[in-house]
Amino acid sequence: MNFDLTDEQQMVRKLVREFAEAEVAPGADERDRTGEFPKEIFEKFSELGLMGLPFSEEYGGGGADTTSFAIVTEELSRVCASTGITYSAHISLGGAPLHLFGTPEQKEKYLTPICTGESFGAFGLTEPNAGSDAGGTETTAVLEGDEWVINGSKCFITNASYAKHLAVTAITDRSKGTNGISAFIVPTDTPGFTVIANYEKMGLHSSNTTELILENVRVPKENLLGEIGNGYKQFLATLDGGRIGIGAMAVGLAQGAYEKALNYAQERKQFGRSISNFQAIQFKLADMAMNIELSRNMVYKAAWLKDQGRPFKKEAAFAKLFASEMCMRVCDQAVQIHGGYGYIKEYQVERFFRDAKLLEIGEGTSEVQRMVIAKQIGC
Amino acid sequence: MNIYALVKRTFDTEEKISISNGAIAEDGAEFIINPYDEYAVEEAIKLRDEHGGEVTVLSIGDEDSEKQLRTALAMGADKAVLINIEDDIDDIDEYTSAKVIADYLKDKNADLILAGNVAIDGGSGQVGPRVAELLGINYVTTITELTIDGTNATVVRDVEGDSETIETSLPLLVTAQQGLNEPRYPSLPGIMKAKKKPLEDLEFDDLDLDEDDVEAKTETKEVFLPPAKAAGRVLEGEPADQAAELIKLLRNEAKVI
Repeated sequence: MNFDLTDEQQMVRKLVREFAEAEVAPGADERDRTGEFPKEIFEKFSELGLMGLPFSEEYGGGGADTTSFAIVTEELSRVCASTGITYSAHISLGGAPLHLFGTPEQKEKYLTPICTGESFGAFGLTEPNAGSDAGGTETTAVLEGDEWVINGSKCFITNASYAKHLAVTAITDRSKGTNGISAFIVPTDTPGFTVIANYEKMGLHSSNTTELILENVRVPKENLLGEIGNGYKQFLATLDGGRIGIGAMAVGLAQGAYEKALNYAQERKQFGRSISNFQAIQFKLADMAMNIELSRNMVYKAAWLKDQGRPFKKEAAFAKLFASEMCMRVCDQAVQIHGGYGYIKEYQVERFFRDAKLLEIGEGTSEVQRMVIAKQIGC
Repeated sequence: MNIYALVKRTFDTEEKISISNGAIAEDGAEFIINPYDEYAVEEAIKLRDEHGGEVTVLSIGDEDSEKQLRTALAMGADKAVLINIEDDIDDIDEYTSAKVIADYLKDKNADLILAGNVAIDGGSGQVGPRVAELLGINYVTTITELTIDGTNATVVRDVEGDSETIETSLPLLVTAQQGLNEPRYPSLPGIMKAKKKPLEDLEFDDLDLDEDDVEAKTETKEVFLPPAKAAGRVLEGEPADQAAELIKLLRNEAKVI
């Protein structure tokens, strides 16, 4: 048993902590206000070799582990959750399916630009009538000669405006239910492919969230990703990894909100004393610190299991569920500790509070996590 | 070019520092590469990239200092040397460090040695110049610009806010001042490669020195934190009255004029 991070993991944390404080934090409030995508930040991230962090060096990746991925996502989210989710989706939804299921040719062609940062990674899964229930998928792909013709629409797709290509799921055989869903790699400049980015969101304002419209989009036969009919299984495996990312975001975001609340409590004086002297405030902060650390341990454990090549589905669901619900409570209490100032944007915890809510929803709601766990424990 | 950068592990003065039993409490302190040494490492890597050669980072310390050396390797240094003398030498001061470093470097044919202007812990600024003296080579302190052309070096140094340009020649030791460069972040590939780069571990016995040769010349009597800063005072009234009041206070209370 060893709870120490490796030297590499410690250096990655130090690097991204310093980078986040110097490059990401200063513009976070402004980006939250304008919705501007943090493109320049990720150009610098590309130069540091972080965009392909867990993927093979053969394709321009960094060859680092899942724990390092969690650490990067955590440190970004500690100052700006929009930047955190952009990175998490880029790696765990954009790069991972190509890494897991792509042929060497597909990896060379499509994973490499994701690793170098030339393209952002995205994953076209969710549809207006198919969230966690993939059985509702309506997008279809029909083989005509040497080409798949894809029709349908997707919603809530992260990063697609900045992706050169992405994987989308579509029905290839309706009679087979979830075994009739397949995944395809679609270049976003293919005729008939439209990306619309005009959602008005509660939070995560500078994360790019889009709708995709596919009208007679034709891709070559070889753009099938993985096995035909395996699309459902593939995206379940992809989401398991993505949940580690969401868990890491929750830990980082909560850490950021907690630090602000702790600082504020130490500085704010009422009744002649810092409010951190009052037990009512102390107990809130103690609970925050405890819950954040518990969540972090669970996220790192799920990441570690993944790196050992062991099953991690249940642990990833534990981590995602516990951390996201913890994060919402921590942000709520961080606002509460700030009192009236917590409701004012200048004090930032309001942004953390709005950003946190998505974590209980994205990549499987809290309810779906409980379904996953229930199934894993044999219910 | 054969380039050496001298690196010291030190606590981060931006973090909270506490004192227990007459020494800085290491529990909870954050440790970093001395920021001035980081400029030295950055400059060494830049010069190597420009002129070719090799950068070796050198530190005196215990095994914990390996972290700072690995960070320098992740930034792009080629090799590292850690001289661990803590088991053999009880008191280490600037004299001790300089003797040890100079002994190690005496047969290494270094073209250029870079060090920090000062370490943010001790703040003496002694080690660099002492090493140069012991090696019998040129040195320039607090530099903000360095250009190498063959064996000639043009150095700009900071002189109390003004600058002075000096022409000199290699072999040379310089100490880095803020403004020399902007140290890079170690990249992820750099971090992943750092562990595979050579890091030589030396002990006092590996040097041609006796314990008497390095005996510290200074003694620490007491370590204490600066007094808590008193609240500032805001002067009121018309600008002319404020100025008059300020002069009076500077003369009578602060006694600086």
